[in-house]
Amino acid sequence: MRSAARKLPSWIGPLVALLVVYALFAVLAPDTFLRGANTASMAQRTVVVAVCSLGMTMVIATGGIDLATGSLVALTTVLVAKLLTKGVSPAVACLLAVGAATTLGAFVGLVIGRFKMLPFVVTLGSMSMLRGLAKGIASEQKIDCDPRGIDRLVAATHVVSPSLWASLALAIVVGVVLTGTRFGRHVFAVGSNEATARLVGINTARVKVLVYAASSLLAGVAGIFEFATLTVGDPTDAIGLELKVIAAVVIGGGSLSGGEGSVVGALLGALLMTVIETGGVHLGMPGWVQEIVAGAIIVLAVALDRARARRAA
Amino acid sequence: MRLRLEGIGKRFGETAVLSDVSLSLGSGEVHALLGHNGAGKSTLMRIVLGLETATAGRMTLDDAPYAPSSARAARALGVVMVPQERTACGHLTVAENILLGHEPTRFGVISPRERDARASRALAFAAGDAHRIALGARVRDLSVAEVQLVEIARALAQAGIDHDGVTRARLLVLDEPTSSLAKDDAHRLFANVRKMASGGLSVILVTHFLNDVPRHADRYTVLRDGAVVARGDARAVTPDALVKALLGESAGATERAVSNATAGKTLLAHGGFAVRGGEIVGIAGLVGSGRSRLLRELLTAQGAPRIGLLSEDRGGEGLMLDRSIADNIVLSPRGAQWLPPGKANAAAARWLDELAIRAKGPDQRVRDLSGGNQQKVQLARLLREDFDLLLVDEPTRGIDLSSKRQVLALFGELASRGKAIVLVSSQFDELLAVCHRIAVLRRGVLGEFRSAEDWNEEALLLEAAS
Repeated sequence: MRSAARKLPSWIGPLVALLVVYALFAVLAPDTFLRGANTASMAQRTVVVAVCSLGMTMVIATGGIDLATGSLVALTTVLVAKLLTKGVSPAVACLLAVGAATTLGAFVGLVIGRFKMLPFVVTLGSMSMLRGLAKGIASEQKIDCDPRGIDRLVAATHVVSPSLWASLALAIVVGVVLTGTRFGRHVFAVGSNEATARLVGINTARVKVLVYAASSLLAGVAGIFEFATLTVGDPTDAIGLELKVIAAVVIGGGSLSGGEGSVVGALLGALLMTVIETGGVHLGMPGWVQEIVAGAIIVLAVALDRARARRAA
Repeated sequence: MRLRLEGIGKRFGETAVLSDVSLSLGSGEVHALLGHNGAGKSTLMRIVLGLETATAGRMTLDDAPYAPSSARAARALGVVMVPQERTACGHLTVAENILLGHEPTRFGVISPRERDARASRALAFAAGDAHRIALGARVRDLSVAEVQLVEIARALAQAGIDHDGVTRARLLVLDEPTSSLAKDDAHRLFANVRKMASGGLSVILVTHFLNDVPRHADRYTVLRDGAVVARGDARAVTPDALVKALLGESAGATERAVSNATAGKTLLAHGGFAVRGGEIVGIAGLVGSGRSRLLRELLTAQGAPRIGLLSEDRGGEGLMLDRSIADNIVLSPRGAQWLPPGKANAAAARWLDELAIRAKGPDQRVRDLSGGNQQKVQLARLLREDFDLLLVDEPTRGIDLSSKRQVLALFGELASRGKAIVLVSSQFDELLAVCHRIAVLRRGVLGEFRSAEDWNEEALLLEAAS
């Protein structure tokens, strides 16, 4: 049975956890929780965390971490709103904002890769800098503007919203890149044993630049979806978002010491957190109880996963 | 008898790892334990140290029944080990490391004076001239040989050190203690081991080095396929006899595994150093002679062709231990960008066959392979890249004899296909077996290249160690 246990994909644990928690709430609050509309709305509310977790999966697979995700999402909403108020077309505004986010991410990756600085420290710095930048651009207040159609991204127009479809497409792309390409192998190699990667001739600095740029690009896309929901540019939005994203990746089998993680796992982790939050609301749990439960689930999920990995080894 | 094992057996599920192993060891005896990777040495030692329990047989320690349920229980009875890999904490001082987990406290606060006194006694016992290692020095600043002494002192201190400086340890297991030491350091280590043994400490010396057996042990035991195949008086045994016992039927001396060089074109010229295709060039160097630096220099030399490096540090640099065989073999900055798992596994499976790597399949984690098979995985990665020139650093360290032969034979085959190989090693017998030309590296200076026929082991050692 040992070899059979090893063949199971690493996201099987979070999948079981998700199904168990879902079933639990379905039993406890059957009339409201099981409604189709509720399922769709949970998926929609997961979009921002899910898209960010795609990038974070890559970053964490290299053994890094990106603490600036929340700041970058807020900055993107501010940039889009600002550009729209200046009369720029919605498509161009979105492209410019995502482009800016990607550039900032590439720069962070350059500092981490080229100057061999700790990702935690560098992104702790960029978290604060980007938050400050967002507040500066927005003059420390929300930017009201006409979303001019961007808000339709989160409206359920094609069975579900275009943003949900786009998230799914992005997940497939990132998943295929991570598991099916040479670059994906380099990402895991850097996180598993950077010395080996270097010995083999892989440009590890380049891998890091690309990974942080990709992660920031995805945070930018998430920022667009966030703007579509808020329809304002809010420099104080998404504070602490990065911790939820990191939790999603870790619940999904990612290891903060690098070399592990999967897109499917991260998405399941993100969904799990939304389900707990929503289920808590349906049961009329006070907010503080929900927070305790969410935290406990994170630790429990990872503990179970590690126990499973040990048994399989 | 200090330790007596009678009919020890160990099964993991269906497979028997040890069967009917008996071994006895007197007080103050140095006992060499030999065997290939996978012969059962490690499992046997893990049973003695309380890390595993035997499924058959019984043990006695000083004639009392001995069945430790944990490493802690074994330690309490004075049975301790120093593992092959260094495990001391680099950030802590020598004294802190030696008493790690056993810090003497006064009113709940560590007493530095008492700690240093105990550490100093343990170090004096383990190292003899302990005062050369400062108790306050950080372990990361010490040489490998010094760190090893610190770890021996730690093992002894864990068993307890009396106030007159005598350890309460009764049995010390040294796992491949000299595999990362230069000859001088190894000699010093054995001198200390002998001194500790003369005080009544029994020592089990797990080793690959056949010459260490007659020189440094009293008696020996050879394991093959989980059973004892030879035992006796170490001082009377010859390396040839040990080789026969280790290999069984297929025994025989290492013969020259290469044909003469077919002079190809010069692939690399650097300083006074030139390598042609079809050639195996040997560099004989002891630890600390500047081998690694020379290799890095060659690797980045001007006008160098595509060069592959086989790292001496398999776990640290050469391999991703926690990833699969396939992931390790296909890791490359070149080649097709589209590389899904199926394709990678198929590529790896080919190399598993080609190099006779014993594994469950390309999915298996490299950490779970034996040293010899890990080394072959590293080689497979280089072969897949089809480099013209391979730099090979200590390719046979910590791998079993049959893997060693296969690896060396492979070098001969590569050379006959026109590849060039630079083999750096402190195992002079393997240099003599496969190289066409050999030079000695000493204190960063490369000596004159001579044809392998003009060298012998003594001559190499004389020049390398002088």
